Amino acid sequence: MRRALTGVVLAAGFGGALGLCISLALAQSPPSEHKSGFEFISPESQATQQDDFSNPGMLWVAEGEALWSAQAGASGRSCAGCHGDAAVSMKGVAARYPVYFAESGQPIDLQSRINVCRKVNQKAAPFPLESRELLALSAFIGKQSRGMPITTGEDKRLEPFRARGQELYEQRQGQLNFSCANCHDDNWGKRLASSVIPQSHPTGYPLYRLEWQSMGSLQRRLRNCMVGVRAEPYPYGSQEYVELELFLMTRAKGMPLETPAVRP
Amino acid sequence: MAAALTLLAIIPGQVWAQALRPYEIVGDAIPQSLTGARGDPTRGRAIVVDRQKGLCLLCHTGPFPEQRFQGNLAPDLAGVGTRWSDGQLRLKIVDSRRLNPATIMPPYYTLDGLARVGRNWQDKPVLSAEQVEDVVAFLTTLTETP
Ligand code: HEC
Ligand code: HEC
Ligand code: HEC
Repeated sequence: MRRALTGVVLAAGFGGALGLCISLALAQSPPSEHKSGFEFISPESQATQQDDFSNPGMLWVAEGEALWSAQAGASGRSCAGCHGDAAVSMKGVAARYPVYFAESGQPIDLQSRINVCRKVNQKAAPFPLESRELLALSAFIGKQSRGMPITTGEDKRLEPFRARGQELYEQRQGQLNFSCANCHDDNWGKRLASSVIPQSHPTGYPLYRLEWQSMGSLQRRLRNCMVGVRAEPYPYGSQEYVELELFLMTRAKGMPLETPAVRP
Repeated sequence: MAAALTLLAIIPGQVWAQALRPYEIVGDAIPQSLTGARGDPTRGRAIVVDRQKGLCLLCHTGPFPEQRFQGNLAPDLAGVGTRWSDGQLRLKIVDSRRLNPATIMPPYYTLDGLARVGRNWQDKPVLSAEQVEDVVAFLTTLTETP
């Protein structure tokens, strides 16, 4: 909120406050050479992500596990009541989202798919986007795919939405007039003040961001990037975010999922 | 004043431009000061190193030994006062797209061709005419090459 109001922007918006990330002297590379954001963070943050006892995201995973087995709503059923052991039923699921959702004729992301079950199957009120509960369940389901390759985008019906996501990614916006590609394709590996620009692979969401002191969704991350270039962010839950996520996930095909990741 | 009002009445599409001073581009430069006066280099330096105002050091390095985090997306600013005239520097700040349509340097004094500008930034240039002149005045003092 403070950031949105003061508009602070590139420096603070991109984690300037957190001090020096490792400054890798990376040259531009062909897009086929995929590097996770993990490769651009400090060795300390890498170690935090890789150790389940120090990774703060694991707190959300544990809360998600508790929610998974809790009865809720007019149905009185738990997620586990229908889906059983998440290690079996949810294995690989997060690695192929967003998927085409026939009921709406549009792609749907994991958070919204969870909320469909909340509403339709549990007969409970959907969780607000970015709420602790929804982040916890998303992190818990995401973790069941940790280390598995991303497979998003195989369904041909997704293609027009992916293409739209790519358009959004390549279009300039904001008072500072940047496209996502200007930073993440053309200038990754270089330093924007103190932040090293990564390649924008959404491999770790939801993730724990030190700047947020909390878990957050990919939508929250994308909002930060938009506010950074002084653009008007899309409202939470917009179709544009799902299309951008679909584009980014398809582009990251084959990369291992890292949820819950840690980033500056 | 009367003349200005008439002008606005004739070109209603340009009403927004009332906040921006008109300027003339000659070749690769804007030879005339936007304000009619010379800027103040001390204020200009402060704007250049300010990460919310000038934003320059997000991308550029420069002769600012006290500034810890300088970007490396753009050429070093040392020596730009030798490489470019004040008119050329003015156009680079006002709208670098005029010189290089693919540039990532933000256009500092224009409202043209921008999409989805955030609510708090709408209808405002990144820098005011006075600030642009202060920055130009400062850049012309950077005559030492690295
Ligand atoms: C001005 C440069 C810039 C622009 C423009 C920009 N970003 Fe970013 N982005 C960054 C930086 C820098 C980071 C790393 C954050 C940090 O260190 O604070 C980042 C982080 C990210 C991440 C997180 C990657 C990870 O490992 O978790 C994603 C995803 C992302 N950006 C997507 C986008 C998208 C989509 C857009 C366009 C809507 C965009 N960015 C626009 C600079 C930019
Ligand atoms: C009453 C039974 C029921 C309950 C309770 C239920 N679900 Fe579902 N869920 C389903 C059914 C049926 C499907 C659709 C399965 C399919 O399409 O193959 C589904 C699909 C899903 C999917 C998509 C899986 C995929 O492969 O794309 C997710 C994620 C999911 N549920 C999560 C949850 C969560 C989290 C909860 C608890 C908040 C929950 N579900 C509660 C019955 C239920
Ligand atoms: C988002 C990155 C970015 C920001 C912010 C930025 N610039 Fe630039 N600037 C560039 C790039 C890139 C170039 C190289 C020429 C081009 O691509 O247009 C450049 C070129 C220049 C040049 C010409 C340098 C030379 O020697 O050829 C000057 C002078 C300059 N910028 C001044 C500034 C000033 C002053 C500010 C702040 C008010 C600023 N720039 C902000 C990216 C940036």
